[in-house]
Amino acid sequence: MNLVFYLLAALTVAGGLAAMLLKNTVHCALALTVAFAGLALLYLDLDAQFAGFAQLLIYVGAVAILVVFAILLTKGSETPKDGVFSRTWLAGLAVAAAVFAVLAWSILQSVSRLTQAAKAPAVTVQQIGVALISRYVLPLEIVAVLLTVALIGAVIVAMHEKEGGAQ
Amino acid sequence: MIETADQIFVLLLHWLVSFLPASWQSVASAVLCAAAIVCFFPALFAFTVWLERKGLGRMQNRLGPNRVGPFGLLQPIADGIKSLTKEDIVPLSADAAVHFLAPVVLVVTVFMGFAVLPMGRNMVLVDLDAGLLFYFAMGASTELAVFMAGWSSRNKYSLLGAMRAVAQMISYEVVLLLSSVVVVMITGSLSLTRIVEAQNHYTWGLPHWYIFTPWGLAGFVMYAIAATAETNRSPFDLPEGESELVAGYHTEYSGFKFALFFLGEYVAMFSISGLGTTLFLGGWSAPFSFLTWVPSWIWFFSKLMLSIFVFIWLRGTLPRLRQDQLMNFAWKFVLPMCLLNLLVTGLWRFLGDGWLRWVVCSAILLLAYVGIALGEQRRKHIGPRSYRYAE
Amino acid sequence: MLGEGILKGLAETARNFFGSYFCAERMTTVEYPEQRIAPFEAARTFPFLVYDGADWQAGLRCVSCQICEKECPPKCIFIEKSKDKKPDALGKPQFYPVRFEIDISVCMSCQICVEVCPFEAIKMNTKFELSTEDRFGGLLLNREQLAKSNQYYHQIHATEAAEVDARLAAEKAKFDAKAKGADVAKAASDAAATGEGA
Repeated sequence: MNLVFYLLAALTVAGGLAAMLLKNTVHCALALTVAFAGLALLYLDLDAQFAGFAQLLIYVGAVAILVVFAILLTKGSETPKDGVFSRTWLAGLAVAAAVFAVLAWSILQSVSRLTQAAKAPAVTVQQIGVALISRYVLPLEIVAVLLTVALIGAVIVAMHEKEGGAQ
Repeated sequence: MIETADQIFVLLLHWLVSFLPASWQSVASAVLCAAAIVCFFPALFAFTVWLERKGLGRMQNRLGPNRVGPFGLLQPIADGIKSLTKEDIVPLSADAAVHFLAPVVLVVTVFMGFAVLPMGRNMVLVDLDAGLLFYFAMGASTELAVFMAGWSSRNKYSLLGAMRAVAQMISYEVVLLLSSVVVVMITGSLSLTRIVEAQNHYTWGLPHWYIFTPWGLAGFVMYAIAATAETNRSPFDLPEGESELVAGYHTEYSGFKFALFFLGEYVAMFSISGLGTTLFLGGWSAPFSFLTWVPSWIWFFSKLMLSIFVFIWLRGTLPRLRQDQLMNFAWKFVLPMCLLNLLVTGLWRFLGDGWLRWVVCSAILLLAYVGIALGEQRRKHIGPRSYRYAE
Repeated sequence: MLGEGILKGLAETARNFFGSYFCAERMTTVEYPEQRIAPFEAARTFPFLVYDGADWQAGLRCVSCQICEKECPPKCIFIEKSKDKKPDALGKPQFYPVRFEIDISVCMSCQICVEVCPFEAIKMNTKFELSTEDRFGGLLLNREQLAKSNQYYHQIHATEAAEVDARLAAEKAKFDAKAKGADVAKAASDAAATGEGA
């Protein structure tokens, strides 16, 4: 656990906290983008180049923009009148603590099984590509079909809206 | 001697860094390279501003600026002084933090893209295995900066300009990536140094640049279109067209922040032209085998400046595209051609060496291009103009 | 539709770019103020007073009839008539303007003063580099600043000045002929009177 890891972890956690605590919704979206970027930098710190850059390209480049557009095109950019904290926050806190406990337990279990001296093998992009096409081809195709369905669905929803509006 | 001239910057770097103790050397060399990039490209930006104003002027039958310094060469300095000394106006209701950060984020992400461009033999700042992916990741972050600028100004025209700019950039980002994927398919690597080295071979004196292949030419044309749209240059400059939306997403910026946006746009142009030359025009390799004695970085920057000149030429020639025309063009014409290009590249790879693959690939691409173009034209029912007068 | 229009456009711009170094018609810039285009004959900016001969006070054509002052729409002409008379080009004694001032910050260059002047005394000038530091006094031109010679009028409006000169010469000829006819008639009536008397 070196200094770089602590700094990046602090950045990511700060981004996540800011995304939750800030009042302005667009500020929250931008803080979430900082959290995504922190995560990408953590992947890069672990020498997972492809994962890191893909995280930047997809999350910061597309998902963040999607979130921001969604906030803008609905009325989410105005501060809600009755506060940003919901009334059922205790139940939410309990659920979040439970999820955190499960994740922490599974991570700590896997860490204790690894030997200290093992260094993760550097995975090149070519190996990822070969693995995707040979061993993981079924998940790849399923994800591709899912994305196509989502795309077609978006087009159909937009088209129906236009026809509905015209009528 | 030729070797020295070719590697002169690398040798200079090693010499400068050798003064420091060994543990500091790698950090120092990275810092020096980064500093060199950050100093050189803004200087090139100043030169390009002058070139653009004079070039556009000559294309429009007029002189460009010619009063400040000989042939107006000091005009960019005058512009720089002007933008630095102008008052920095931030609207009262603007979101101050985001308003300040937007040009910073833009310039930072744009400069990051230069880290993977091979500007000469052994002249890459970081030789990443997934270099191309890094470049596109940085390009995607640029869009966020544009959005931040438009939203934080609390100006409906800025917001509209920013939304249009982001929509345009996202659509053409898809085209940019797909047209670059064909290069990766043939080279077999995402590393930009490997891509340049794969193009650095000569047959009968002519180089193996990818632009000289049918799929490479198609890919290059589509890459050029996408690059023009990504950097918001004419004819895709609706988000910042002065007659449309005042100045689009940088309406509310004045003084140095506006200069930063301007700098960011031009440096993005350099960076994307650099990537285009690396992918399709052979990067730092010489055009003919008898010209390899000229240093490699001279070839890289000549090709870069040629691309910039073509950008300026396009700006002087074409009228602006409307937003819906722009998006139609991207999704209905360029994207299908890109996907077809992927198929054709696969065919190229598996048809083996020889004249057959040239004929087949060229024929498919040409037929598709003509077919789609004429199909679009027929659908539009463009006939002779008809007039309807009031009774 | 296949993109040939773009290529034709690019060729045209390239021709412009390279041609601007060689052909004059592809470089239309006139670097003012070092170079100027020749002024057009029908150009007009603000009025001036014409004088014949060398002395502007003696040869001033204006007889202070004040028609232009009355006809000027924004009322930018200020005239003060003299008390005495001086002979004009035809020899008749006429009034002259003691004060003739035009406020060119008000003048709208409508040329009505020129059209109504019966004596061809006020014409339109073509000078446009008239900036001063004094917004009010500097733009109020007095009689001396407004008086320009007939040669100057020929320089700026050659055909118009030639016409005006022809008209004035014809008038002078008619006046002279009438005067000579009057002299002859007078001489004849004198002779008849003396003849009768004798």
